[in-house]
Amino acid sequence: MLLTITTTQTPSAPASDLGFLLHKHPDRAQRFEQSFGTAHVFYPEAGDERCTAALLLEVDPQALLRTRTSVSTPDFALAQYVNDRPYATSSLFTAALGRVMRTALRGRCEQRPELARTPLPLELHLPAVPCRPGPERARALFEPLGWTVRAEPVPLDPGLPGWGDSHYLSLTLTGTLRLSEALNHLYVLLPAMDGGRKHYWVDETEVDKLLRAGGVAEAAGEEPEEPAEEPGWLATHPERSWITRRFLDRRQRYVRTALGRLQEAESVLPAEAEDDPAVEERAPDLAEQRIGAVLSVLRSEQADSVVDLGCGSGALLTHLVREPALRRITGADVSTGALARVRESRAELLVGSVVHRDPRFRGHDAAVLMEVIEHLDPSRLPAMEEVVFGDAAPRVAVVTTPNAEYNTHYEGLAEGAFRHSDHRFEWTRAEFGAWSDRVARTHGYTVRRLPVGPDHRDTGAPTQLAVFTRHDPEEGAGS
Amino acid sequence: MTTDTTGTEPRVLGVPEMGLVLLIGVSGSGKSTFAAQHFLPTQVVSSDDCRARVSDDPDDQSASADAFALLHTMVDIRLRRGLLTVVDATNVQRHARGELVRIAKANNLLTTAIVLDVPEALARERNEERPDRDFGPHVIHRQRRDLRSSIKRLDKEGIRKVHVLRGPEEIERARIGLERPWPDKRELTGPFDVIGDVHGCRSELETLLERLGYALTRDTDGRAVGARHPEGRTAVFVGDLVDRGPDSPGALRLAMNMVDDGDALCVPGNHENKLVRVLKGRTARLTHGLDRTVEQLEKETPEFRDRVLSFCDGLVSHLVLDDGKLVIAHAGLKEDYHLRASGRVRSFALYGDTTGESDEYGLPVRLPWARDYRGRAAVVYGHTVVPHAEWLNNTLCIDTGCVFGGELTALRWPEKETVAVPAEQTWFEPVRPAVPEPASDGPPPAVIDMHDLGIDSGRGLHVETPDGAVRADEGSTLAAFEAMSRFAVDPRWLLYLPPTMAPAPSAASPTLLEHPAEAFSAFRGSGVEQVVCQEKHMGSRAVAVLCRDAAAAERRFVPGELGTVYTRTGRPFFADPDVGREIVDRLRAAVTGAGLWELLGTDWIALDGEMLPWSAKAHGLIRDQYASVGAAARASLPAARDALAAAAARGAGVDGLQGAVERRIDQMEGFSRVYRRYTWDTDGAAGLRYAPFMVLASEGREYSDADHLWHMAMAEKLAEAGDMVHPTRYRTVDTTDPQDCDNAAAWWTDLVAAGGEGAVVKPVVGARARGRKGLTQPGLKVRGPEYLRIIYGADYTDPERLAVLKERRNPGRKNGMAMREHKLGLEALARHARGEPLWRVHQPVFATLALESEPVDPRL
Repeated sequence: MLLTITTTQTPSAPASDLGFLLHKHPDRAQRFEQSFGTAHVFYPEAGDERCTAALLLEVDPQALLRTRTSVSTPDFALAQYVNDRPYATSSLFTAALGRVMRTALRGRCEQRPELARTPLPLELHLPAVPCRPGPERARALFEPLGWTVRAEPVPLDPGLPGWGDSHYLSLTLTGTLRLSEALNHLYVLLPAMDGGRKHYWVDETEVDKLLRAGGVAEAAGEEPEEPAEEPGWLATHPERSWITRRFLDRRQRYVRTALGRLQEAESVLPAEAEDDPAVEERAPDLAEQRIGAVLSVLRSEQADSVVDLGCGSGALLTHLVREPALRRITGADVSTGALARVRESRAELLVGSVVHRDPRFRGHDAAVLMEVIEHLDPSRLPAMEEVVFGDAAPRVAVVTTPNAEYNTHYEGLAEGAFRHSDHRFEWTRAEFGAWSDRVARTHGYTVRRLPVGPDHRDTGAPTQLAVFTRHDPEEGAGS
Repeated sequence: MTTDTTGTEPRVLGVPEMGLVLLIGVSGSGKSTFAAQHFLPTQVVSSDDCRARVSDDPDDQSASADAFALLHTMVDIRLRRGLLTVVDATNVQRHARGELVRIAKANNLLTTAIVLDVPEALARERNEERPDRDFGPHVIHRQRRDLRSSIKRLDKEGIRKVHVLRGPEEIERARIGLERPWPDKRELTGPFDVIGDVHGCRSELETLLERLGYALTRDTDGRAVGARHPEGRTAVFVGDLVDRGPDSPGALRLAMNMVDDGDALCVPGNHENKLVRVLKGRTARLTHGLDRTVEQLEKETPEFRDRVLSFCDGLVSHLVLDDGKLVIAHAGLKEDYHLRASGRVRSFALYGDTTGESDEYGLPVRLPWARDYRGRAAVVYGHTVVPHAEWLNNTLCIDTGCVFGGELTALRWPEKETVAVPAEQTWFEPVRPAVPEPASDGPPPAVIDMHDLGIDSGRGLHVETPDGAVRADEGSTLAAFEAMSRFAVDPRWLLYLPPTMAPAPSAASPTLLEHPAEAFSAFRGSGVEQVVCQEKHMGSRAVAVLCRDAAAAERRFVPGELGTVYTRTGRPFFADPDVGREIVDRLRAAVTGAGLWELLGTDWIALDGEMLPWSAKAHGLIRDQYASVGAAARASLPAARDALAAAAARGAGVDGLQGAVERRIDQMEGFSRVYRRYTWDTDGAAGLRYAPFMVLASEGREYSDADHLWHMAMAEKLAEAGDMVHPTRYRTVDTTDPQDCDNAAAWWTDLVAAGGEGAVVKPVVGARARGRKGLTQPGLKVRGPEYLRIIYGADYTDPERLAVLKERRNPGRKNGMAMREHKLGLEALARHARGEPLWRVHQPVFATLALESEPVDPRL
């Protein structure tokens, strides 16, 4: 992976003074050992009129394996061994940049202090920058900072015609900026474009790194070079939320801390109309309405015990434990990871699946399958029906699932697409009606269906809910 | 109660070999001596010993409560396990005996009492000789009083048999005669023809026996009075010979004579049970067709009626046959009850596991004991009318309702074939429809019980195989449970998951990581001389289960589909079901064209193979993982080369780096060539190719014992017959012939030079190959040096990298996993071929997936 920095002569200094700013002599190649390889700095060109410095990072794949510090994800996938890190500008590169050009990043230069404070005509080139959001995003990130951006997608493979472009950009930035600014922009924006993929574990210190490079805070224990008269480029960047989230690998807690500190920094500026895109996806209140609908069914059916089949990390359990009428609450899910996140101690938790017969499901007055059935292949539904309605046979069963007809109201959802990538199907009201009628008939239940969410005249509500109530055995004898 | 006070001959005390024996006698009566003389030390549970174990003092009476708690626990465990257990305690008090009798009953076993009745003076004298016994004479006196008052009532306490030995001489003369449980006929190995509920359908019975090959004998009136099979087969009646039908006496006559002649066995049905009550003169409601039997029997002689009574009254509740592999009981029998004797067992065998409730037709609601049956013995039964005899968890109901106009069905054992003759007419109108109402769109779905996967065990899953047990730990079973639940195809399709394959040991060659020579020598070293080298296709592993017709799919797999293709983790291979169906149809056509249905005598077949191209399934992986790396390299390496060249030109270059970058450019080009080669355009099913390399199974058999030349011949037939079937190149190698090995290595070199992934080396004799240390690896993969660039990185061929890789390459864990999964694969196929219940087949399949979730170096 390679970065070239080119500058041209200015009235005050020859181009080759770049060497002073970088603290690297233009006539000598230098090597810097890193934990994951070797960084080289050399000058392909070093004249008075034009000077180019190159930072080349040679990655040692074995060393890379050793530096892996994230113990929480023992990743045995092949990706560990075959990946783009030796070739693309990943976090390894910005880490090397931060170390090898540390002084230049801070904007210090004892021999040419004026030059360090002077905007220079610069051209930065990076041949392979990972940026899945595409070239538009690269422009949106760099142009507000005063750069002219040339971002060209790298073709995926000339040997695979028709496969289109890769997610790498050949990125050339031209502009007249201080060298330290330029390097700090790269230090923050390259990882952001890469989506925060880091070769090391992201912790709180990452927030400090971000804010320091963003010009918002000074490193602890260091005297500021100059008084902080400006709020820092990141605080005023229109994409600061996006940058912050991506840089911090979407770790919400750190993101909130960082954004909070950015707001403080910004408060010295005249107040502006705030147009901050949400940090978290605003949870649609449909989920709350669904939970409300399930709870009201359980209340009206006077259920006194319930098993939440496919409880996940406990979105419904949280509410069930507050229902005084429920003397017993069980949550079951196939994912041990999800169950580990359940916090409700009143709920009994089971690793269980709706396609495996499970005596522990029996003996509950009610069963809830909230947004579960659409995660099963249609061919596995009969097994679920047998397990839930045939074997567990609760007195009351509540099933919710998306109403496919409503999908036309979701912008950005392609025709025929599902709301979630793991949905195996989404049913129309007629399909859900036919299915629930058949299940009720087969297993001796009566069924009624309710809409959940705004009930649109043409499409119905976004969620459909069915309440199954088992025939009383004595009543059924006469039928 | 049996007593004997005369003679000097040994007196034999009958004792059930599965049951509880209570030794009863006062302190000093010689119980411990008697127990030691006649029973194994492990069979005797003594109160003194238990007292010692909980207090370190066998005479510490204050420890009695705990001592007896221990004694009862030990007795309970031994009886649950069906072991003869002798209790050496005074047992003179009724309440002490009562608890023990209760434990025996709870375990459905009989209790025998042996009373050692010695004179009080003798007992006292013996106690005085023992310094550890310091209780006074009044204790003995009281014990003896308790004993005397008990003896006469022992048989009223639920003790089945009481032997009283009076005085030391009688005790001396006593011998123990172990009695086998009545149902234990394990020594009878048949072959058998198990016949369903006859219900007086004498004529159909005669037809069925003739169909089965029995020669009937008739008396002068033309009545069938016997039937014998020329090959010595034995008929077994599951009971309910009588009632409802036109000729119960005729059916009884034939069956009774066959039993008397040794041509048949019989267990009682609930109808025989009720008939006995009537014949004994007790009152019974003449319902459910009993009135007809009574009427018909009135035309017979009193002698005949007496014979019927003694026959029916003497029938044993159930029979265990053929070395314990076959159990016959009228209404079935759960495993805990096999070989046991109690009212509960008899009631279960006669009436089934009833709730005591009645259904809407007034008939008892039956609990689904067969659904929960997990025993290894097959249980064949009648009692409940079913439309067809169908195996469920190793149980089979063969009452197909002949008397109601259905069929009279027999099961041939051990062949496991059913033979049926239709009813001549509807002899009796059923109260309830014989065929259950069509409640759903087909038979109930096959559902695996989570318990059978060890999900609630906390210990993971053990699978027994002939080559040792294989264990999947709890974490991996939970991971597999999630994957199976969310992604897998219907478990009925999953008769096998392909095991992971071990790589050849590291190559001796300094420039290669893998080479065939090491695979040959590994097999030679384990005693396998003949191997086959098969071309290894780079695609995605795919198991194809194909049915000839809808009937085969419905009978053996899933109704409504004609086959499926699934991945090595049991997921549907094709996200689009229409594409899946098209592939299944094209592969079925290939099987038809190749004539394999006829050749293998089957209407379904399962194949293991590779679906090509790799890009069909791995499109996303190729794009994100491989082509992207190539793109980044192609963008940055030439730029780095140019920058280095410019720096070098002005004398400020980086030593050695230019050459390294040039070499990297070449290596990345080699890397990109690899994945491009396994990529071609497909559109739905168009462009897909399937390369089968093993026939896994077909009806009634599996092919892990067939040699690989046979498998390759089948693959060739398929490739000739179906245009989507891709042939596999192969050659055999004698690992003891160096020249042959060299030639095969040259063949491999050509193969990989032309872009092949590599080869798999397998013992010619097939997947069950055994070497000096038992089962061998079913194959070792030998991958080509270019292919390995996408596994180890483009630059792995740098000498220093290669040296490090070889030094750290540790295939031990991978080899172990491959072997464990191989055992599971063989076991799954064997269980499926034996027609074992779904949960039994699913266990090794599930365990294979669980093992796959364990961490192992993915590059091996």
